[in-house]
Amino acid sequence: MTIDRATALELYRVMRTIRSFEERSTQLFGENKIWGTIHSYAGEEAIAAGVCAHLRDDDWITSTHRGHGHCIAKGADLGKMFAELLGRETGYCRGRGGSMHIADTSKGNLGANGIVGGGIPIATGAALTAQQLGTDQLAVSFFGDGAANQGTFHESLNLAAIWKLPVIYVCENNQYAESLPVKRAFAVEDIAVRASGYGMPGLRVDGRDVRKVHEAAGEAVGRARSGKGPTLLVADSYRHEGHYYGDPRKYQSKDEIEGWRKRFDPIADARAWIVADRLAGEADLEAIDRGVAQEIDRAVAWAEQGPPASPIKLPEDVYAT
Amino acid sequence: MPPKTATTTEPRPGAGGQSSSTREMFYNEALNEALRLEMERDERVIVIGEDIAEHGGAFQVTAGLLDRFGPTRIRQTPISEIGIVGAAVGAALTGLRPIVELMYVDFSGLAMDQIVNQAAQNRFMFGGQARVPMVLRTQGGSGRGNAAQHSKSLEAWFAHVAGLKLVMPATPADAKGLLTAAIRDDNPVIFLEHKLLYRTKGAVPEGEHVVPLGQADIKREGTDLTIVTWSREVLFALEAAATLADQGIAAEVVDVRTLVPLDKARILASVRKTHRVLVVHEAIKRGGYGAEIAAMIAEEAFDELDAPPKRLAGLDTPIPYAQHLEKSVVPQAGDIVAAAKELVG
Repeated sequence: MTIDRATALELYRVMRTIRSFEERSTQLFGENKIWGTIHSYAGEEAIAAGVCAHLRDDDWITSTHRGHGHCIAKGADLGKMFAELLGRETGYCRGRGGSMHIADTSKGNLGANGIVGGGIPIATGAALTAQQLGTDQLAVSFFGDGAANQGTFHESLNLAAIWKLPVIYVCENNQYAESLPVKRAFAVEDIAVRASGYGMPGLRVDGRDVRKVHEAAGEAVGRARSGKGPTLLVADSYRHEGHYYGDPRKYQSKDEIEGWRKRFDPIADARAWIVADRLAGEADLEAIDRGVAQEIDRAVAWAEQGPPASPIKLPEDVYAT
Repeated sequence: MPPKTATTTEPRPGAGGQSSSTREMFYNEALNEALRLEMERDERVIVIGEDIAEHGGAFQVTAGLLDRFGPTRIRQTPISEIGIVGAAVGAALTGLRPIVELMYVDFSGLAMDQIVNQAAQNRFMFGGQARVPMVLRTQGGSGRGNAAQHSKSLEAWFAHVAGLKLVMPATPADAKGLLTAAIRDDNPVIFLEHKLLYRTKGAVPEGEHVVPLGQADIKREGTDLTIVTWSREVLFALEAAATLADQGIAAEVVDVRTLVPLDKARILASVRKTHRVLVVHEAIKRGGYGAEIAAMIAEEAFDELDAPPKRLAGLDTPIPYAQHLEKSVVPQAGDIVAAAKELVG
């Protein structure tokens, strides 16, 4: 497993951007500037970054209610993301969607999804388009351990396998489906074993190590692009925050939360191996951190200048004409 | 989002526009012709569903299409309703124009999340970034002894969801013309056929035939009362109107054809002419779409009415099995005659 300097630093930059975006979103929520609810992706950054590094703008993804990370890794504009969270006309969805429905079709992001497992068949259908039109595009569906117990998971993986669709199912096992721990939701320890039941490869990786995610995703992308069909990729991870902002987390001990946050931090880990492997120095990483912080500041400032989303055209957005 | 790679061709313009010559065809043959013509016209159109290939569909609507278009465009699936509908949503978002065949509308419950939370709302939730050009064809209604899980009329479910269009053709010609319009529409269209209409015959225009969505049709003119109805009840209403004419009552039959968007203007124009309105549907009365139409008329043309709007609809029960029981729970032609006489009398 070798990774070059440019790739390592880009993966680090994307992960750092996601973490900083989540930190700022949390702050804005605390200031009552964000309405509704947000679900933080902190702790899971290596998965979105490692997978999306292989994707082109014309490849498609479907995302989840915990979707900021996928959106950023697929190349979204941070200002338009913040503007959406702030309910501005300049947001990706002009205030109609909010955190749980951000889409960026210009970059192939077919949307976050408020329904657990809702995006899995949609990604399958996008892969059907690629196959039907004979392109070499592919689709990635990100979803959590909770979604792996929905019917859409079963039906979609079977359809993709029998049709050899160019799709990758990325199951982010962050250990909890809302408040239910995976141990009480699965009788198997390894979710990836389910792949064999559909006749597709199942890969399980340490989702805190972006190098391993990147390598496994590369393998799955290669299969999809060369017409060899779908892959189930399960990445073990840990959600640093609660299910949603303000979750009292009664289902977790303080010891677990504090211990796992330290043990499971893909960004701190990446810093360590980037320096140890002499791919870059601390100063290089600090420069990236500063650049990300400035970008976040600029994005928030831009978003806050946007006008509030107008209700005047709401009925016109229901149907395409 | 359109496909990034330019492998598709834009649809060819229709050959010669609306045709004037017609043939007698069955309703399911007319649907089949619409599918074939649209698939020939636009290679992005595919059909996806259960038993649609060699078997030709449970009601023979896709008969012969496998031979003509092959197994990737006539994409037969396992029994996986939400997987099928969801795949169609994803395909529609990314450049295809899929037509889903769900064998019975009663099975739509298995796929409802993809219909309601995804297909219907994607465009709105994404602030207009997306289009979902898909048709969900299915069939409902009673009259074949299929009992409660295969006989419902569920149009009110779909009418209540913002973002869906809703079509219910009664005649072979309308079936062809409305399906053509639905396939060309850039929105998710629920296209509800009726299992007892498939083997009804009528004159169908040859070649390209488009009936725009949102236009009701006066199936019979009259001056004494307006019967507003759709799907199989149109046939019962026409039968009733003939009986009423023998008794000196001239009933106008308005076939709504598309419930969403609703042609309010044509309905209201008829009410302004007759001043009495009977709304008839097979679906159960409680929460039925007839209430929407009756309320709309009351709100917009109250002063035109000589009597309160009247509804005649299915009993508030599941559909029973035995033939005589089945008939007893949905309006028959005789029931319409009786209701009309009560309204006029």
